[in-house]
Amino acid sequence: MSTGTAPSLSQNVAPLDTGAHVTGIGWLKGTAAFGLGDGGVLLAKDGESHRVEAHPDAGVLVAASDGERFVTGGDDGRVAVTGADGSTKTLAESKGAWIDSLAVNAGGAFAYGVGKRVIARDDKGREKTLEVPSAARGLAFAPKGYRLAISHYNGATLWFPNVEAKPEVLDWKGSHLDVTWSPDARFVVTSMQENALHGWRLIPDKGHMRMSGYPSKTRSFSWSGDGKWLATSGAEAAIIWPFESKEGPMGKAPRECGVRPAKVSRVAFHPNTLVLAVGYEDGCILLIRLNDASELLVRPAVKDSGITAMAWDKGGKRLAFGCEDGQAGILTLP
Amino acid sequence: MTDKIPVTVLTGYLGAGKTTLLNRILTEQHGKKYAVIVNEFGEIGIDNELVVGADEEVFEMNNGCICCTVRGDLIRILDGLMKRKGKFDAIIVETTGLADPAPVAQTFFMDQDVSDTARLDAVVTVADAKWLSDRLKDAPEAKNQIAFADVIILNKIDLVSESELEEVEARIRAINPYAKVHRTQNCAIPISEVLDRKAFDLDRIIELEPDFLEEGHHHHHDEDMQSVSVAIDGEVDPEKFMPWISNLTQVEGPNILRCKGIVAFPNEPKRFVFQGVHMILDGDVQGEWKPGEKHTSKVVFIGRDLNEKAIKEGFLACAA
Repeated sequence: MSTGTAPSLSQNVAPLDTGAHVTGIGWLKGTAAFGLGDGGVLLAKDGESHRVEAHPDAGVLVAASDGERFVTGGDDGRVAVTGADGSTKTLAESKGAWIDSLAVNAGGAFAYGVGKRVIARDDKGREKTLEVPSAARGLAFAPKGYRLAISHYNGATLWFPNVEAKPEVLDWKGSHLDVTWSPDARFVVTSMQENALHGWRLIPDKGHMRMSGYPSKTRSFSWSGDGKWLATSGAEAAIIWPFESKEGPMGKAPRECGVRPAKVSRVAFHPNTLVLAVGYEDGCILLIRLNDASELLVRPAVKDSGITAMAWDKGGKRLAFGCEDGQAGILTLP
Repeated sequence: MTDKIPVTVLTGYLGAGKTTLLNRILTEQHGKKYAVIVNEFGEIGIDNELVVGADEEVFEMNNGCICCTVRGDLIRILDGLMKRKGKFDAIIVETTGLADPAPVAQTFFMDQDVSDTARLDAVVTVADAKWLSDRLKDAPEAKNQIAFADVIILNKIDLVSESELEEVEARIRAINPYAKVHRTQNCAIPISEVLDRKAFDLDRIIELEPDFLEEGHHHHHDEDMQSVSVAIDGEVDPEKFMPWISNLTQVEGPNILRCKGIVAFPNEPKRFVFQGVHMILDGDVQGEWKPGEKHTSKVVFIGRDLNEKAIKEGFLACAA
């Protein structure tokens, strides 16, 4: 049980005021990029910050990063890319639509959804379009290769944009929201409207996995660096499913860490160790070590300042977070 | 509670004048900012409002109930709009002419994220005075929209005679006697009659009296869509009433579009007020009975092929 007695790291947090709802965070080497509900991107490095108008007079709905570029989708129908140097430009545009699903892969490719259409552009600029049965809600690139998972109503679609073959359809009745691919590419997992996760075991048997019992929707997933655990939001604790065996989590109970009287809104695994950052709707952030469930306090609860985004830098030295009221911060581990 | 964003749903059959009403709302000097969710772009002549295109994707919930449908696109759009909180005061959802209002309304009760941040204010239906009677015969969608409405704008009254107007209004009343009906030309109506009606707020359901603008002489009966109201001149037994209303809405849910009621329980100083959409019921004790006020109980159902006799007998059997 988490109480106010967890040792505190809050003196290691450099606070920031971004001025708007933080919708996504990425790290561009040593620079943290905060995508904002008022259309800006705030770049922060070494205590200095610089605001870039990535979506003027609009809002950033979704953000993704590959460590080099901070890519944002907006309610102005644009996909924009912002660099650590403050440069920003339009990558793609779809007039009148909202871009609220987006994925980037390390090779330089990116994909975004416009209603039922999913547009993927590879590192050479070749663009391919796929129409799925209903609006694309979530997009995720496979860990290796140029392959995309797309979640939608009644299932998910796996698509090789540069291959002529018909996309593979993963059926499951209901509305699928976000999608994620396990680091070993064995599993695809979606969050659902019905407060549950659904997973497909791609190897060897296309088996279904149902993970239910959440009191609300899961809108944040994070895989541990070793790929053995999937942490999820949506309950009054981080729910962490074991994926170390080839069957996935079926028949096994999930770990529950950081039980508090507030819903977990974001989760982010440390890139190299089994430490999970857990952000709550009441604004609190805890770091939890999986081995012994020991906790460190990063941020105490702050009224109307629920955690909406979190991201570790590549080396795992710093954790950036952002909140619904525009407060944000960067924790530097001692 | 109070800082939830109000959402007005604008329905109406093709050509009735929805866009006219929408433009009227948006151009009037009211000092408010609206986020508008539309299906077709281009017809709205307002630049400074937040306008969002919708796909009208109706999704079934995975709970085995066929009438538990929600608008998936609306859930997504509202999620996005909440990231821009403070940029607008209210939301208007315009549906296509062929849309069923139920999935839109149900979204506000079935999705927790939506109901935490937004509240359904009212369903406003624009109807064409000249063509509504025909549409009620050949278009089930038009009938649904009338049956579902809290406010009906009977538009284009300049194109019909007074007797035709009475005729069409009587047809509306046969389906839905509880909506507030306004006769308009070019949708000219004070905005306060359309927005901020709080039609789904339990504490606003203080009486269930049919809204008749004048004494009607016509007695129409719509063949398949009707309203049934039953009153008990006294209290009902909650031990009988709760299972009855719950069972009725479960079994007849697909046919019941809307229901409302105010009932008196013995030894309960407050009224029990409920309202529902298909199988979804929302109820609570609200507002004390005034000293000396007569404790009466009344329920109203609007729906298709309702078994009036069974509903009446069922409710009367709940008397305390």
